[in-house]
Amino acid sequence: MKLTLSSSPHQRVQRDTGQVMRLVIYAMAPAMLVQMYFFGWGLLIQSIIAVSTALITEAGILRLRQKPVVRALSDYSAVLTALLLAVSIPPGLPWWMTLIGTFCAIGIVKQLYGGLGFNMFNPAMVAYVILLVSFPAAMTMWLPPVQFMADPLSFADTVSLIFTGYTQAGLDVAQLRTVADGITMATPLDAVKTGLTEGLTYSEAIQSRIFNGGLANSLGAGWSWVALTYLAGGLFLLKTKVINWHIPVGMIGSVVVCATVLHIADMDFYASPLFHIFNGSLLIGAFFIATDPVSASTTNKGRLIFGAAIGFWLVIIRTFGGYPDAVAFAVIIMNMAVPLIDYYTRPRTYGHGSRSNKRGR
Amino acid sequence: MLSVSFDEIIAKLNAGKLYDFPGGVHPEDKKLLTSQAEIQTVSLPEKLIIPIRQHVGTEGRLAISVGDRVKKGQPLTRSSHPFAIPVHAPTSGKVTEIGPHVTAHPSGLNEQAITIIPDGHDEWTSLTPLSDYTAHSSEKVVEALCDAGISGMGGAGFPTHIKASGTKKIEFMVINGVECEPYITADDRLMREHAWQVRQGTDVLAHLIKPQVIIIAIEDNKPEALKAMQIACQDSADIRVVSVPTKYPAGGEKQLIQVLTGREVPRDGLPADIGVLMFNVGTCYAIADAIFQGKPLVERVVTVTGEAVEKPCNVWALIGTPVNHLLKEAGYNPTKQAQPQVVMGGPMMGFTLNDADVPVVKITNCLLVPASGELIDEDNERPCIRCSACADACPASLLPQQLFWHAKAHEYDKAQEYNLFDCIECGACAYVCPSEIPLVHYYRQAKSSIRQQRDEKARAEKARERFEARKARLEREKIEREEKHRRAKEARENKTPAGSSKDKVAAALARAKAKRAGKEENNTEQDQSATQTDKQAKVAAAVARAKAKKAGGQQSDSKDNQDRSDNVADEKKQQVAAAVARAKAKKTQRDSKSAPDKNSAASEENSSAQSENRATDEVSTQSAEDSKKQRVAAAVARAKAKKAQRDSKSAPDKSSPSGIAKR
Repeated sequence: MKLTLSSSPHQRVQRDTGQVMRLVIYAMAPAMLVQMYFFGWGLLIQSIIAVSTALITEAGILRLRQKPVVRALSDYSAVLTALLLAVSIPPGLPWWMTLIGTFCAIGIVKQLYGGLGFNMFNPAMVAYVILLVSFPAAMTMWLPPVQFMADPLSFADTVSLIFTGYTQAGLDVAQLRTVADGITMATPLDAVKTGLTEGLTYSEAIQSRIFNGGLANSLGAGWSWVALTYLAGGLFLLKTKVINWHIPVGMIGSVVVCATVLHIADMDFYASPLFHIFNGSLLIGAFFIATDPVSASTTNKGRLIFGAAIGFWLVIIRTFGGYPDAVAFAVIIMNMAVPLIDYYTRPRTYGHGSRSNKRGR
Repeated sequence: MLSVSFDEIIAKLNAGKLYDFPGGVHPEDKKLLTSQAEIQTVSLPEKLIIPIRQHVGTEGRLAISVGDRVKKGQPLTRSSHPFAIPVHAPTSGKVTEIGPHVTAHPSGLNEQAITIIPDGHDEWTSLTPLSDYTAHSSEKVVEALCDAGISGMGGAGFPTHIKASGTKKIEFMVINGVECEPYITADDRLMREHAWQVRQGTDVLAHLIKPQVIIIAIEDNKPEALKAMQIACQDSADIRVVSVPTKYPAGGEKQLIQVLTGREVPRDGLPADIGVLMFNVGTCYAIADAIFQGKPLVERVVTVTGEAVEKPCNVWALIGTPVNHLLKEAGYNPTKQAQPQVVMGGPMMGFTLNDADVPVVKITNCLLVPASGELIDEDNERPCIRCSACADACPASLLPQQLFWHAKAHEYDKAQEYNLFDCIECGACAYVCPSEIPLVHYYRQAKSSIRQQRDEKARAEKARERFEARKARLEREKIEREEKHRRAKEARENKTPAGSSKDKVAAALARAKAKRAGKEENNTEQDQSATQTDKQAKVAAAVARAKAKKAGGQQSDSKDNQDRSDNVADEKKQQVAAAVARAKAKKTQRDSKSAPDKNSAASEENSSAQSENRATDEVSTQSAEDSKKQRVAAAVARAKAKKAQRDSKSAPDKSSPSGIAKR
């Protein structure tokens, strides 16, 4: 009897790469719905643009590289990258910018480095930075939560805005940002940053209208609710063991520490830790972006350091840098440090003393 | 090394607490397929194939030959070495063959095996139990264990008598009944049905080893076995029956030691180095059989399971039973498998057999016959996404993905830097990998490549040593010889007058030289091409000589050349010289003499020119540039000569076309 041979183990857990990626997408979904509830249809349209661009780009480059296309597309990594980019950009961004961004993420940052598993940087974050640097005005034109808008955008208006730059009524993004009483609505992070430069204290700056209806006093309307749902999604990922706790804990913990130190040092100038956590993209960053396994550190100790360093840079850039938010920059900076972190955080192997371990090196 | 003190461990054990090992996985255990039925006996197979080496170590010497009748339990090999343990006839019958047979080895290599056709009587040889083992010396008991052919039955197959006769002080003797691999229930059933024998075997080992504490460790998914062992050991205060949490690979030696004691076996060490020895429950049972019944190890419990057998079960299988016999007994249904596949061992660490004729050996605990879809069916490897689920699962705290990168890239130095050889190949990493990368397979390949390189290096090193030793010896001998000669010479010089001896030596030398010269000449003549060109050269030279003679001048030059014509290099020179001579000769001819009587000379030259062409052509195939120049020179010379001839007389000769062609 001729028997077939295979290598042990012959048993395998039933969770493949595609399932891992899908679980992450499921965990994002509620937050995306909340985001749409507060900020309109833009996210949906941006997601569609981004996902289709990502899939087409991935398929095209895989064709060029003569790799199996369907197999790679079915791992959902391109979809996830596209969605992460879509939630990071302003919902009214012109369609072609989204397209360029997604193309950079998949085509350049991911595929040119060798495809899934080989990219050094987080594709969505590099794409975000490319867009931010290339189109600074458009990339900071965040529409206010619908509750502040005199006339919330319809689906058709949103489509028109993204594809033509104007709503059906002929308004552009800048006009849409100006709410009824003539005040331009900014994001919570922007509001505080601008307020501080205008000579306001931190506690005065958070009196801005954007903070009405947030989770708490200093938490932005809409924004903080979205952040809260990302937190819930992140806990789901922890529960299902898609991610380890090290990066989120390291990152949030370090933000809390850094922000607290600054806040205590000077309450007039430095925002509270709570402000940092629930405004901007810290929570999605901590659970969904920095945890991208490909570009993150691979040892548990290393992940704690990786997360903590991202948190540190986040607070530094937000507080002293030119940009109101900094998840993308912080993540990219630390992506570069991953090989070093990994090298110095190797766990002690069974049966090796710490000394013999060094000798082993 | 983190070393936990004895008292600390005891305190923890007393408190009912245990340590933990990092990583580990919880695969679906599927033990219910076989755990509820009693161990069955199976019919005698048609033949039994007993590999003569079934343990770690060397094989024993054959004690029987083809055609012999053997009785059950009769040793087939004899131990002649501390690491050699015998194998025994599993039943009575006739030895029909001794030779290589496919055996239970992942490589599928053939090994020396003895084939026995059972006679059906199953008649025991005379047995000599050692029931009063406490009355005997340890040596005697250890010898009995060796003679009974007992080696570790948990998987490694290490000779038990070696372990039991160590000199290191042992604090903990651990009896391993963890059986953490999915599907397998052989040890579980053995403990449930034969707890007392396991206890007896433990007592024998305890008598030999004298540990401070005995721990019988059983995973908490086997409550019946736990209970049975507790009852069997309730009268002994020294034995602790401990339930360990179910987690694969808790049954691995290193992991179980870590769980029970918090200690780690040093990387180049043995458990005995940290005061621990571990034995499998199956081994304990076999020891009890050997000491109290005198029965050598001729059968063991094998779990035959998987969804492709109708009656999954545990059986008492004689060592040497072909796998297909057991499959038949268990109702193997080939239609349930897309491709026939049999795993020996469990699904995590077992290996696939390449032939169902493979015999059961002392370490065979399970035959797993999966239905299609039950285990991994296809190879579906995807790129690593660096999720490090593997690192989280690794019980040895390795970084499996780094090992994978380096193993795949053949960067073996780096792989070793990441402690490749600390991998126990438990398969936990590959089990959790979402990219379905067969990680362990990569590590095995890397390990075997590294071992091969090491072997080669060692061999090269040995060869170098041998070479140097030889060189040193030759040198020494040379010096000795010279010394001897010198002494002999001195002795001679003292006896005979110096002058005559010198004369003799000179004469001998001259003789030898003459001989050598003669030989060399012969050699060159034997060489075909050399001879040919040589001849042609001689012809050419002769012609040149003749011409020269006629001319009356330049004679000596060409003659000298001809004399030296021994090899190709000379030949070339000589040809050039000849051509020059010829040309000169012709010139002289032309100048001095007039036509008619030179007709013959022209035709003679024609033929000589042709032969010369051939000669030069052959030379040119050997060396390019020189011969070309030389040919040109010769042709020019010839042509001039001919022209001169033609001019002086109207000679209708055939050489002109070739001459023109040449030009």
